[in-house]
Amino acid sequence: MRKILFQSLVRRPLTEAPPATDEAPLAELGAEVDRAARCRLGRSLSIRQVDAGSCNGCELEIHALNNAFYDLERFGLRFVASPRHADVLLVTGPVTKNMREALERTYAATPDPKWVVGVGACAIDGGVFKTSYACVGGLSDVVPVDLYVPGCPPSPQALLRALLTLLKEAA
Amino acid sequence: MAALIDRIEGRRIEGHRPWPRLVVSEQVWRGIADELAAGRLVLVGLWGDSGCVHMAVLDEEAGDIAVASLDCPQPRYPSVGARHPPAIRLERALHDLYGMHAVGSPDSRAWLDLGFWDVRHPLGKSRRVAAERTPYPFLPVEGEGLHQIPVGPVHAGIIEPGHFRFTVNGETVVRLEQRLGYAHKGIESLMTGASLDRGARLAGRTSGDSTVAYAFAFAQAVEAALETTVPPRAVYLRALMAELERLANHFGDIGAICNDASFALMHAQCGILREMTVRAAAACFGHRLMMDCIVPGGVARDLDRAGIASLRALMKEANRIFPQLVELYDNTASLQDRTATSGVVRSELARQFGAGGYVGRASGRAYDARKRPGYAPYDRLDFEMALFDAGDVNARVWVRIREVEQSLKLLAQILQRLPEGPIAAPLNTSADRIVEGSGLVEGFRGDVFVWLRLEGDRIARCHLRDPSWFQWPLLEAAIEGNIVADFPLCNKSFNCSYSGHDL
Repeated sequence: MRKILFQSLVRRPLTEAPPATDEAPLAELGAEVDRAARCRLGRSLSIRQVDAGSCNGCELEIHALNNAFYDLERFGLRFVASPRHADVLLVTGPVTKNMREALERTYAATPDPKWVVGVGACAIDGGVFKTSYACVGGLSDVVPVDLYVPGCPPSPQALLRALLTLLKEAA
Repeated sequence: MAALIDRIEGRRIEGHRPWPRLVVSEQVWRGIADELAAGRLVLVGLWGDSGCVHMAVLDEEAGDIAVASLDCPQPRYPSVGARHPPAIRLERALHDLYGMHAVGSPDSRAWLDLGFWDVRHPLGKSRRVAAERTPYPFLPVEGEGLHQIPVGPVHAGIIEPGHFRFTVNGETVVRLEQRLGYAHKGIESLMTGASLDRGARLAGRTSGDSTVAYAFAFAQAVEAALETTVPPRAVYLRALMAELERLANHFGDIGAICNDASFALMHAQCGILREMTVRAAAACFGHRLMMDCIVPGGVARDLDRAGIASLRALMKEANRIFPQLVELYDNTASLQDRTATSGVVRSELARQFGAGGYVGRASGRAYDARKRPGYAPYDRLDFEMALFDAGDVNARVWVRIREVEQSLKLLAQILQRLPEGPIAAPLNTSADRIVEGSGLVEGFRGDVFVWLRLEGDRIARCHLRDPSWFQWPLLEAAIEGNIVADFPLCNKSFNCSYSGHDL
């Protein structure tokens, strides 16, 4: 263990400021998130993720935000275990009918001010599951949505960019 | 031993490939249930169709599979679960979707239908109803000093939805009862009438972490039904994708299991390897999870020179870093203290349930669909099956470690042997031909089974069976007698799919 820990002292960090995205360099994006979060929320934004029946693809990419490359917490953004601690609900899935009530109750348990971000193609309109008897077919039919992140699933960069947009609008 | 499956008597259905399907009598149906109960056959799947039920069974020794079908003009059939418990949840789901009763089943509670739909039996003789929730009768637990902890469907982490009802005595779990179905999206009803393209997209979204395995099994089933020969280059590229998916998930799991034992260093290091893997996948095939990259007939994306370079870079890094992490895992006593002897699955249970993947192989069940029945190109590749018999969290970690090593070996072999040529073959669908096919693919979690019937170029019926069906029940058994605080650890070591199970 010591060897690995020592290595990380001398190695350059993996955390990326660099990789340029299509629209803006991630470094610049990160700085903007930082500024906006600091201004609006005193450098803290708590996110509660709710899976409303996704295929689990979106969750994998949301998980990736925590890895060394994206390191979400450096921006003061972090995932919390309870909706009662959250500012943002990050919701995935086509909202299955079986999850509708649980989602509504989670939303109700989140204190104001709160924002809802719909993640993935399913959250927008049900995606490939749109016409199913078992799906509501869109997040906005259940809770008010502030922002969507399209993609199947959206990349970690897209998720990061979306959180910035949200902060700007909220500020 | 092949004789066991050959002995099943019935009317053989033409146009069902690659394994036989037989319409059997009620007596033969019961006989198969007895063979399952005696452990001479393994249950692969049990699902409904219009006017009949199907059951796929495996002769593990011979690697032979057969599908037995029982016509049920009345909506009832003799319960398999009454003799063979692994079938119980499948029968409950079958009842919710088709309205067919398993006569004699010890458990007739609803499973996927939680009372929120406005339709009953959506795949059978469906009727509109008002959504009506009736209280779910959890199994009674009696005794002094017991209390219950309900958890979910919304969990504390970034996880899929499901409900766990713990009954505990102090810190010790006396019983866990799962209640699933929250992620039910009605995939099998969406499959009905869908084109093959749409079917492949749906299959690839049954369980996002296994999108390659599902698309692979779906494509196998379509190609078997239509007697399509996949070009050799596509065969190898499919295996390449499947091994990349296995690597990414195993890296993620090993890290996450250690994280649930509060060893964050492994989590961070394994997270790096996982990210490197999905980035290599994106560089090769244009999608980090490789969704929609396998299509019936072949693959949708070819591998170019830059892709090969990114794979070589990934293999080099993984081969350099991973052995250090294995050493770290092996030499950290405080971590081993949590993983060793926690959440034990007895080998008899793993065998009885036909548990696939690391759950089965950590409990001594030597089964890997890549070996038996086996499919191309694995019959031409050299790899070993990881096998442990302690059945605890530690063993499930070690199966994953060994499989990471084997997958890296397989990647090297695939790149070395990758043939040139086309990457897809045309599908010879003809207007009114009815054909049936099935596929079995070893995903990272275990064997994914797909069965379908095509009418012309449309899907008439498609059933997808996740490996989790035979792993979830074992988690209930594994947690018994462990402390509540070890549940996340045990659960993560199983990493069952909610979405794949709920469909």
